[in-house]
Amino acid sequence: MPGNRPALAGEDVSSSPVTRLVAAPRLSGAAAAATVQARPAQGRAGFGGRRSRALLRLISPVVLLVVWQLVSDAGLVSVQKLPPPTQIWSTAVSLITTDSPAYGTLQGAMLVSLERVAIGFAVGAGIALLLAISAGLSRIGENAVDPLMQMLRTLPLFGLIPVFIVWFGIGELPKIILIAIGAAVPLYLNAYAGIRNVDPKLGELAQVLHLSRRELLTRIVLPGAMPQILVGLRQSLGVAWLALVVAEQINANAGLGFMISQATQFLRNDVIIVCLLVYCILGLLTDWLVRVLERRALSWRRSFMAA
Amino acid sequence: MASQLHGSVTVLSSPAVRVRGLGRSFGPDEVLSDLDLDIAPGEFVALIGRSGSGKSTLLRALAGLDREVTGELTVDGTVAIAFQEPRLVPWKRVSDNVCLGLRTSDPRASAADALAEVGLSDRAQAWPLTLSGGEAQRASLARALVREPSLLLLDEPFSALDALTTISMHRLVLSLWENHRPAVLLVTHDVDEALTLADRVVVLTSGRISYTCQVSADRPRDRNRPDLNALRTRLLAELGVDREGKI
Repeated sequence: MPGNRPALAGEDVSSSPVTRLVAAPRLSGAAAAATVQARPAQGRAGFGGRRSRALLRLISPVVLLVVWQLVSDAGLVSVQKLPPPTQIWSTAVSLITTDSPAYGTLQGAMLVSLERVAIGFAVGAGIALLLAISAGLSRIGENAVDPLMQMLRTLPLFGLIPVFIVWFGIGELPKIILIAIGAAVPLYLNAYAGIRNVDPKLGELAQVLHLSRRELLTRIVLPGAMPQILVGLRQSLGVAWLALVVAEQINANAGLGFMISQATQFLRNDVIIVCLLVYCILGLLTDWLVRVLERRALSWRRSFMAA
Repeated sequence: MASQLHGSVTVLSSPAVRVRGLGRSFGPDEVLSDLDLDIAPGEFVALIGRSGSGKSTLLRALAGLDREVTGELTVDGTVAIAFQEPRLVPWKRVSDNVCLGLRTSDPRASAADALAEVGLSDRAQAWPLTLSGGEAQRASLARALVREPSLLLLDEPFSALDALTTISMHRLVLSLWENHRPAVLLVTHDVDEALTLADRVVVLTSGRISYTCQVSADRPRDRNRPDLNALRTRLLAELGVDREGKI
């Protein structure tokens, strides 16, 4: 199983599904037990357990916000350099409610950025999966695809920006290609390794059960590689957001990155911080989506860990 | 000579399995050499041999998993196999494992029937990783039987089970065999198991059949019957174990 494999370069071991799987049932179990004690008549332990776990996870961010506010209120740091949370909040509200000539609206910028990352990620992830399947399932595919992808992996992604500007100009295309390449590499590496790690005995089983090539792919290979593919998906989403931030700093005329470069000229640190926080929230949202996906796709492993 | 797998012309008297001059080498090592074997339709054959004798190689050849054998190999009808480790697909629920690749008109109903037959109906929706060893092996048997094979290959399916589970699995296999009457080739290293189950016991030594004996006693068999004792001594001698248990 992929979990036993040493981590790939750049792989975040702490967020790998195995670690999470070990930790998650224990936490939810404890939380569920607590809920059952508190509300014995309702019998919705699973629901309450998940909610109280979410609440537990909120504690440290809230503490951070309170400390930040107190430090600002006490005058320990200049409000110019690091505005307090209350000011950032009011800046965010005014960015949403007023369409300023310098910045546009926050939600408008967010949509532009979201669209960029969605297109870039979809293209990159789609290509990466196709390449991983062809390299994972055939020798010819492996020899054709893998050397190129391993080379691409060592290429410094952001070092490509000047070349891309020469090749593709300063419009949307270089930004999207940058995001696509950034997203494709970690997903390819993980999906390829995942497919190669699928138990060959299950391949024999597919043979004696006379599974078609398509069934072999959809019933055995992809589900077997799924834990590793999901690790790759998380990494690749992370890189996609990073690539977006960098790509948007080059000659964008809309989007969060554009808003940040405008704010830099006007020395509006509060606007910059609002934009950074929006990046955070969007990143967290996509991470949450992958978690939901994980919970669904890997339920066969969760029940094993819980049993 | 090319090996011919699956789908020969059916003649009623023709054997379920016909093997002539089968050979298989791994580099310089000849694992099977010039091996002949017939299995009649509905016959229960046990294949015993020491490790490295070529048992598993022969079984893999019959399952169609080894395309590099030489000689003639004909299996009349469909083949199903239960592996030593149950090989359930961990991300498919038990009933989906039984259905996997099944091309009947209603695979789910067939799977439900097969699971009922092996006494596993209540675990149909369980994940394989939550099954006990015996349950997993029963699911694996259901998956093999649901294909209505004319040849059922059993590759040491009970070797990892505890003694009590093994006894109940023996009973299950016999009742399944009596209900469906496939030809069975059971690969085992356990002489007692072979004598308990099979119509015929075949000993494989260095890639050749060195000894064959019929077991005609009625089932269920008491393993202490004198005729079985005599056969056991003989088979153990064929395997190179003498009366004192020395090898």
